[in-house]
Amino acid sequence: MSLKRYVASRVATLFGVLMVTLLLTIALVGSNMDIILKQGVAVQVREEIAHTPGLAASFESVEDFEMYVSDTIQRRILELGLDEPWYSPQRLGLSMYKILVLDFGYATFLTSDSGSAAVGDIIAEKLPRTILLFTTATIIISLIGIFLGALSGSRVGSVVDRITSSFAVVSSSFPVWWVGMLLIVLFAFVWEIFPARATPTIPADDPGYVGALLYHMTLPLITIVLIGFGAWAYLVRNFMVGVLQDDFIFAKRTMGIPRRRVIYKHALKNAAPPIVTILALSLSGSLGGAIITEAVFDWPGMGRLYFEAITVMDLPVIIGSTYVLTAFFLISIFVADILYGYFDPRVRTAQ
Amino acid sequence: MSGVTARDVWREFRTSRMGMAGIIILAGLVLMSLLTMSLIPLETFREWTNPANWLSYPKTALPAWVNVFLAEDMPEHQILYASGSKSEDLGGVYLYSETFELDYTYGDFPGGFIYEYEAEYAGAPLLEMTVLRPDGMMLDVFSKPLPPAREAALHAERVFSTDSAIHKNLVLGSASFGFETDFLAAESIIFSDAESGEPLQGVYVFTVNLYGNKPDGSISGSTLVIDGKVFGIMGTDELRRDLVVGLLWGTPLALFIGLAVSIGSVVAGLVYGVYAGYRGKMVDESMMRFNDIVYALPALPFLVILAVTISNSIFLMVGFLMIFGWVGIAKVSRSMALQIKTRGYVEAAQMMGQKHSVIIFRHIIPQLLPYAFASIAISVPAAITTEAGLSFLGLGDPLFPTWGSILYDANTYGAAARGLWWWIVPPGMMIALTGLAFVFIGNALDAIVNPRLRR
Repeated sequence: MSLKRYVASRVATLFGVLMVTLLLTIALVGSNMDIILKQGVAVQVREEIAHTPGLAASFESVEDFEMYVSDTIQRRILELGLDEPWYSPQRLGLSMYKILVLDFGYATFLTSDSGSAAVGDIIAEKLPRTILLFTTATIIISLIGIFLGALSGSRVGSVVDRITSSFAVVSSSFPVWWVGMLLIVLFAFVWEIFPARATPTIPADDPGYVGALLYHMTLPLITIVLIGFGAWAYLVRNFMVGVLQDDFIFAKRTMGIPRRRVIYKHALKNAAPPIVTILALSLSGSLGGAIITEAVFDWPGMGRLYFEAITVMDLPVIIGSTYVLTAFFLISIFVADILYGYFDPRVRTAQ
Repeated sequence: MSGVTARDVWREFRTSRMGMAGIIILAGLVLMSLLTMSLIPLETFREWTNPANWLSYPKTALPAWVNVFLAEDMPEHQILYASGSKSEDLGGVYLYSETFELDYTYGDFPGGFIYEYEAEYAGAPLLEMTVLRPDGMMLDVFSKPLPPAREAALHAERVFSTDSAIHKNLVLGSASFGFETDFLAAESIIFSDAESGEPLQGVYVFTVNLYGNKPDGSISGSTLVIDGKVFGIMGTDELRRDLVVGLLWGTPLALFIGLAVSIGSVVAGLVYGVYAGYRGKMVDESMMRFNDIVYALPALPFLVILAVTISNSIFLMVGFLMIFGWVGIAKVSRSMALQIKTRGYVEAAQMMGQKHSVIIFRHIIPQLLPYAFASIAISVPAAITTEAGLSFLGLGDPLFPTWGSILYDANTYGAAARGLWWWIVPPGMMIALTGLAFVFIGNALDAIVNPRLRR
């Protein structure tokens, strides 16, 4: 199979996954959403009637009035298309079509910081913050990890190696959000260096906003890096151990090339394909964990938005953020796949 | 991987220090669960989320053992019972009174106090409490009329030191103090030295008087709870719950969740993968496509949706976690089955006309068992941390005191920013310790059964 066809088949699969994900999301929240929307309509109609003076008095009997109210509610529900269940072909088709053309509509309850209710605006406001935090963290993690991993992989059994390996094992069983809470106790309560809540208190249009954001970002960043780099170092170490046993490394060494140069130039280069692949995957993995991590630090990003949307059942926002989270996840799986297929032709033919 | 028997694995496993450390930690946790289930009454677990059950415990008290490390002891929690009671006829007014004696020796104020009583009376009595301090000063704590009753009636109540009437009385009574008492809590006024405002040590006598216009009024079952600032082995939280109960009950729950999820997903993944690999061709292709789809689903967002929309029951949660757990195992066992399928004895069995199910369960899956055990151990920590994470978001089963839900409460009450470390550190340590036990066991097993890692 050529690389082109391989890419095409992966794109098709992942697009399918994206659609399946969104369908599942709609299926799961659809029925609850319908109930909430219908209640919302009823409340709205009653409020409007209450605010129209003389309307209630113009009815002769209570039954007539109740009839008028329920008629109005029914008409409103019909106008909104809520008379059909969420799984009716029209509504499902319409929802999916809107998603395809990236029209997420308007949020039912939530708004962005600037007051806009358009889901696109809300996401556009939150997404950069999540990317800023998690991408920065992943880059730092991978740099520390590659360096430490190469170091300990080239000295198997040394003190550095043993510390790195045991740190990797131990840190992998700590929940990130719990370490976050501990760091809040230490840095926000005991030493009062960083704020406990990561949401900057000054408005977004203030010139000092970026600085405040970065300052508030420090504690979450430290947490993610602290828990993440051990596993990375361990992975890189294992790849390095494999590569360093290859014949060409012995050849380089016998040719008299310095040890350090062999490790960081030749060996690391050959261990690169799996490392790059995992880099892509861990980027997406960290975004998934954002829901909990952002909850601990109250970081105003996608994870927080997603969680808020779920708790108030704001369907348009849920779909929009599921879309974005899934899309990111899939893109990174895709990039990882392609890189893997590119570096290792056997993968392409095996499928 | 072929030909590794369980005995071989165990012999090698015993030599692994890491593996044995894991086994020891796990044994400790299992022992702890068994002790919890047999020794701690089941009601404590059901009453965990019932605030009324915890009223006679102190609020956010440190663990009692911190006193060992402190120069000056923090006050311990004390529950006082009436040391004496008497009835008197004061000529038309009937008095029933009881006293509580407290020898207060701490250099710090208590966290508050609660007076709990049950009064039996007829008519419209008046209940009042006074305290005689070590310096001889007498303070009125409260005096309140009880609801009038024509016939003999029972009235049960708890009076909290945070009651504004108590505060008002004490501020009035402490007018002669050498400092402003307006903004002090009730307990800080009662227990402070009139000159310096420092805690005053000595014997305090609390007297409760029930004045009635009809005879035979009495108080029974009364306690005076002096809230400590330290309590028990693990302290208490903002809702006055004894954290040791929650931590202990969390152990069997975490083990159950971790093991149920990982065994369920490994078994499902194993059978799925082996079946796909064994049948090959279109069956394999379509099954692996489905596998790809589940693999690419973002797990955490979906778990959140499932917990919110369907149910947050702990048993269903185990099922939800399995949905995302079997995928990786299926991929690996498929490729292993592809290899085993080509071996002579499998082909021989096929030629003998044995059923597919027999070949899969009798000839292929036993070969994969060592790998399966390693995978079970390795996937337990992820299951525990994911469940804890969901509980931490407030999506856990409210009926069960899991470690994650303790941390959720801690986060809700801002424990981290308030420095309530004893509420945060132990649950997380328990999660990490449990995870670590399985990581150790899993890594040791993996090193034995996975030939790739052998050097």
